[in-house]
Amino acid sequence: MAITIKKSSKEIEGLIRRVEEISGVDLGVCYQCKKCTSGCPVAKMTKSPPSEIMRRLHLGAGDELLGSDIIWVCVSCETCSARCPMGIEVAAVMDALRILALEKKAEKQEGNVPLFNRAFLSTVRLFGRTYDIAMIAAYKIGTLKLMNDTEKFPTMLKKRKIALLPPTGADRKTVRRIFKKSKHKADKE
Amino acid sequence: MKYAYYPGCSAHSTARDMHESAVAVAGALGINLIEPAGWTCCGATAAHQTDPVLAASLPAANLLKVQDMGLDMVANCAACYNRMKVANHEVSTDPAMRKKVSDAVGRDYDGSVKVRHIVEVLLDDVGLDNIKSAFKRSLNGLLVACYYGCLLVRPHEVTNFDDPENPTSLDRLVTAMGGVSLDWPHKVECCGGGLSMSRTDVVVSLTDSIVGMAKAAGAKCIAVSCPMCQINLDMRQQDIEKQTGTRYDMPVLYITQLLGLCLGISPDELGLNKLMVSPASVIEKIEIHANG
Repeated sequence: MAITIKKSSKEIEGLIRRVEEISGVDLGVCYQCKKCTSGCPVAKMTKSPPSEIMRRLHLGAGDELLGSDIIWVCVSCETCSARCPMGIEVAAVMDALRILALEKKAEKQEGNVPLFNRAFLSTVRLFGRTYDIAMIAAYKIGTLKLMNDTEKFPTMLKKRKIALLPPTGADRKTVRRIFKKSKHKADKE
Repeated sequence: MKYAYYPGCSAHSTARDMHESAVAVAGALGINLIEPAGWTCCGATAAHQTDPVLAASLPAANLLKVQDMGLDMVANCAACYNRMKVANHEVSTDPAMRKKVSDAVGRDYDGSVKVRHIVEVLLDDVGLDNIKSAFKRSLNGLLVACYYGCLLVRPHEVTNFDDPENPTSLDRLVTAMGGVSLDWPHKVECCGGGLSMSRTDVVVSLTDSIVGMAKAAGAKCIAVSCPMCQINLDMRQQDIEKQTGTRYDMPVLYITQLLGLCLGISPDELGLNKLMVSPASVIEKIEIHANG
């Protein structure tokens, strides 16, 4: 298929370099065999499958790439990395793009995975372990779709598949130190 | 056999049954599991999608606790297992990352604590023969689709678990229990993992194809070893039915629940009442000959 890209500026060169820097991947060795896309479980649900992302990066794509839907629909299953004949960690490229998308505040995607990740990590920072009820509440309030996918709640509570009380006994001090030192940005928004 | 057992956060919520059945099976087979005091979350998918230092430091904090115990770590959750192994790999191969992680955690960590999955302990340390001789019941030819998902087998150069495309660890356990492990193509396909809440549509589509394939292969149940695989394949069958009209009624059990049943442990003790799709047909198949 034809790929249209916006051509050349210093800022554009920066994206491929930053991706290589964060992921530790040498993007130059990809020869577009498309094995990553063939095995990708979400290839059919995205407009830009992984091989296309690799090609766009080669061709000097800039920040517009961070709006690609694959970045937040990628399930991190690592099938792409496992099957790449050149040993490229495609999944690490996706992680790098996610980190850059958060950093550069790229446009929001359907489903709001960053919000879920924030809700998840907030409970870890507070309690040292995940606390599902708080995480789900934070996520639901954030999405403004409170009643979506909640019909299983009563059964899950009855089966004690969701803990009512927050977790106890975790070494919260070390976890707080880690969050402070790693200075990750998503948590502070 | 003594190990530092890292239960993982889901052991106290969505995967209480994973935890309960592992502990019961370990007890029956003479495996001593000791929880590291104060263990904390591994960060899971949310951390590695957010910040590489955070993603390596959260596991490292736990690996240091295990180092102090002088034992190997045993993880039960495939995601925790994966994050621990990736952290070990990053810290031991990247000096800059080791420095950042040590700074975040407050202590130097060299990535040397050995991390094992409970299935590896069962097969490599206890051994199939010893497990077999402890069985009190058989699966009686039950047709089982063993499902491994992603996190045990990938990235293979880091986890080193079995074969990345056609793993057989769970299959060997099922065969030892007297079941028939099916040859089917979706052993290492992805269930959608952590996108269950944020992209339910994706997870429903992926689980539909996996459970559908198991059904087509003739499976009477699916055996798993990951809490996210379990809850996605089990709970999302309701959504699949609502959206496509197909009702699979496919019980999804942890391998430790099947092992527990064959070791004669009661279904309640193994948390079987916590499954969304009733495992009654599986329990019945095991009990038929045991009582007759």
